[in-house]
Amino acid sequence: MRESGNGETVYHAKQGPEGSLLTIEDFSLWYSGKQALFDVSMQVEKGFVTALIGPSGCGKSTLLRAINRMNDLIAGLRTRGRILLGDTDIYNPSVDVIALRKAMGMVFQKPNPFPMSIAANVIYPLRVDGVRDKSILRETVERALRQAALWDEVKDRLQDNALGLSGGQQQRLCIARAIAADPDVLLMDEPCSALDPVATGKIEDLIDDLRGRYTIIIVTHNMQQAARVSDNTAFMYLGALIECGETSTIFTNPKVKKTMEYVTGRFG
Amino acid sequence: MSANPKSAADEFDNRVGPPPRRSHAASPQETTEPVRAPEKGEEERPPLTPARKRPYAWDFRAAGEPFVWSMGGALVIGILMIIGFLIFVVYNGILTFYPEPLYVVKLKDNKQIAGEFFRAEVYKLEPEALKGLPENVRKEIADQKGFANRNLYRIGNFDLYNEDFRWTPTHDIVETSTPKDMFFVERVEWGPFIGRITKLDLNGQIIQGSDVNMATLDQAVAQATKRRARIRQIERSEMGEVNHHLEKGRLGLRKVALSRGEESPEYRSAKDEYEAKAEKWRARHEELAREAESIKERDGKYTITLAEVNGQEKQLKLSDIVRLYPANRLTVTEKLHIYLSRWWEFLSQEPREANTEGGVMPAIFGTFCMTALLALAVAPFGVVAALYLREYAKQGRVVSLVRICVNNLAGVPSIVYGIFGLGFFAYLVGGSIDQLFFPERLPSPTFGTGGLLWASLTLALLTVPVVIVATEEALAAVPQSMREGSLACGASKWQTIKHIVLPRAMPGIMTGLILAMARGAQEVAPLMLVGVVKIAPELPIDGIFPYLHLERSFMHLGFHIYDVGFQSRNSEAARPMVYVTTLLLIGMVLALNAASIVVRNRLKKKFLAGHF
Ligand SMILES: Nc1ncnc2c1ncn2[C@@H]1O[C@H](COP(=O)(O)OP(=O)(O)OP(=O)(O)O)[C@@H](O)[C@H]1O
Ligand SMILES: [Mg+2]
Repeated sequence: MRESGNGETVYHAKQGPEGSLLTIEDFSLWYSGKQALFDVSMQVEKGFVTALIGPSGCGKSTLLRAINRMNDLIAGLRTRGRILLGDTDIYNPSVDVIALRKAMGMVFQKPNPFPMSIAANVIYPLRVDGVRDKSILRETVERALRQAALWDEVKDRLQDNALGLSGGQQQRLCIARAIAADPDVLLMDEPCSALDPVATGKIEDLIDDLRGRYTIIIVTHNMQQAARVSDNTAFMYLGALIECGETSTIFTNPKVKKTMEYVTGRFG
Repeated sequence: MSANPKSAADEFDNRVGPPPRRSHAASPQETTEPVRAPEKGEEERPPLTPARKRPYAWDFRAAGEPFVWSMGGALVIGILMIIGFLIFVVYNGILTFYPEPLYVVKLKDNKQIAGEFFRAEVYKLEPEALKGLPENVRKEIADQKGFANRNLYRIGNFDLYNEDFRWTPTHDIVETSTPKDMFFVERVEWGPFIGRITKLDLNGQIIQGSDVNMATLDQAVAQATKRRARIRQIERSEMGEVNHHLEKGRLGLRKVALSRGEESPEYRSAKDEYEAKAEKWRARHEELAREAESIKERDGKYTITLAEVNGQEKQLKLSDIVRLYPANRLTVTEKLHIYLSRWWEFLSQEPREANTEGGVMPAIFGTFCMTALLALAVAPFGVVAALYLREYAKQGRVVSLVRICVNNLAGVPSIVYGIFGLGFFAYLVGGSIDQLFFPERLPSPTFGTGGLLWASLTLALLTVPVVIVATEEALAAVPQSMREGSLACGASKWQTIKHIVLPRAMPGIMTGLILAMARGAQEVAPLMLVGVVKIAPELPIDGIFPYLHLERSFMHLGFHIYDVGFQSRNSEAARPMVYVTTLLLIGMVLALNAASIVVRNRLKKKFLAGHF
């Protein structure tokens, strides 16, 4: 139906000091027969922020959700190729999806706090992991909320229902939840799409803060944001990875014409 | 549309035939747009239809107004029918217990009748009956085309008259009065007595009718009621308990006989033990019987002599009286007091007189126990089934088929469930239980016949579709984003369901459950097969171990209505009871529904509060 995956990816990503954490190898994905990803290959450097950009419907969310196997929920899904975390293929049948997801935090496009107290939301990943120790839990609540720049706003009402927070606060709460269990990888799908500039700024600061400690993959439609926060940027188009490289190069001097057109706003 | 490079003029040109009808909904700008001058080759275009000339005219059909009206009308009719029914039941039910005045009616043949006025009716007289009437009455009736009026009086005194009610043609009535000394006496047996007090005999202390004051009378009746309650307690509870122990011992002995044989030493020692115990229990029985006898003897010395309106006398034990009052002397407060005490009796006492009098406490209790057990059975079952269907089963043709079957189960006539319950639960399962655990009681069944447990399970089966459907809907309404959020945190599917999905779906599940209980509480037909009885000798819960007796038959409000209304000796007398019981049942179901709304709202507030 659509011509894609023909062109090779132009690859000039910056190497991290600690090497790569995730390796995606010739990864393709079909939604009940309809191909959504075409032979995507890239490496995600440990401790780096990697931005995924591209026009709507190009497969950014699909790729992101493939990394923590969130797509497993979808009936009729098929994949080919490998995604390696360290050196285990996460699509290997012997891999425990739950353990995998515990190693990754995810922040969704729309805030999705659980209908429970703020504190209970933050410690949810620990709770399902079987952590019962009160002091650890209390400590985690404070640390995660501080990292998510939410602590000062909610420290007096930790037992209130999280659904009473504003949209931006809810999103930061979701970020706190995603980092509560100290994951290796943080996957963020347009985390700022529902936020005002101030909240967006806070979250960008947060990402900046987390750089080095976590490996972050962030999907964004906001070019400035990608340019500001990321180390490497991957540009996707129609399910294929067109160009993946150092952020400054992608935004100033991309090697592929399509990328140039996209980052300069000529289409998309 | 804009992709098509055709100009607007082209489109205009290509239009042949009358322009399409415009709906009145079109915006004014569109409809008032100036008519363009015809361009080349436009001669054959027909003149504009009038529709274009009345842009603001109200198009009745397009607005769909008739449909709106008919939809509203249908709704109104439905609501009116329900409200009318409710008013009817409430009106009749509420007034039943209010004390009515007693009329003494003097008839032409110099007889008198006394009673409560029940209702009036116009009826057609037989020609024979007409013949015996005086001239002026006949003329009057002829003027009314052969119809006459008659009144129905509740005259009571069934033991004397052999009827509770009497029709009296109005032309036979000479005079109606409400004498102050008429009493309405509710008795334990034979229904009410209506008449005057001639004599009170309080253990030899004789008081003549005219000297009886209300305070003495009330006090004497209260004491007599206490004696009656004591006798009853001895005969029912205490002797019942002794009998229960005797029976238990006998069954225990039989069990030993069945398992070891009658020759075995175990049997012999068990028998000796039983004999010793039985001796003790029999002695206790004797003692209780003697006590009851002595109270009865004393009780027999407190009597009241009543005379019906024509002077025929009747002597009663005071303890046979439930309540008596001088109907025509009551103040409003006293009437209210009687009214409330009758309600209290209705709610807290056992029925008397083949259910037409007294209370419905055992029926309320039975309905309550059965509904509670039903909920206990249906909740886990329905919720688990729905969880599997919605969360675990692979969605496909099989699951759809199962779902359709479940929905259709809700439409199976309930009597079919009753038959199934009787055949499967009572006879098959219950019969096997009896074989295994209660062989000593056979051939009389324990679980092998209808009872509380089987009735509850049958109704659980009947209402499980309601719970499944409600739960499935509630589960489906939990946003996918929340499940994903939980799974992304590393929760397993079951943890997600437990911590996120079920709490979120709880309001819906509770609503479904309570609706199922309401449905089950009002079901009657299947119960008639699986354990409901007219009069249950014992309540399903009592002080004898194991306290909750699942095998016992029980009474039920719905069946009570049927029984009182259609199976009783005197349907006229039973009618008020039918209304009151109906009112009670509707009240219970309404209360359950109201509870479901409250629960849902409270849980909703907790789980779905303020998004953004
Ligand atoms: N559950 C699904 N079933 C079938 N097709 C899907 C499904 N989810 C996504 N797709 C398709 O896969 C393609 C990629 O979708 P994806 O959500 O990854 O796009 P995206 O790049 O995240 O877009 P956006 O920026 O708008 O979020 C789209 O064509 C979409 O229609
Ligand atoms: Mg997306």
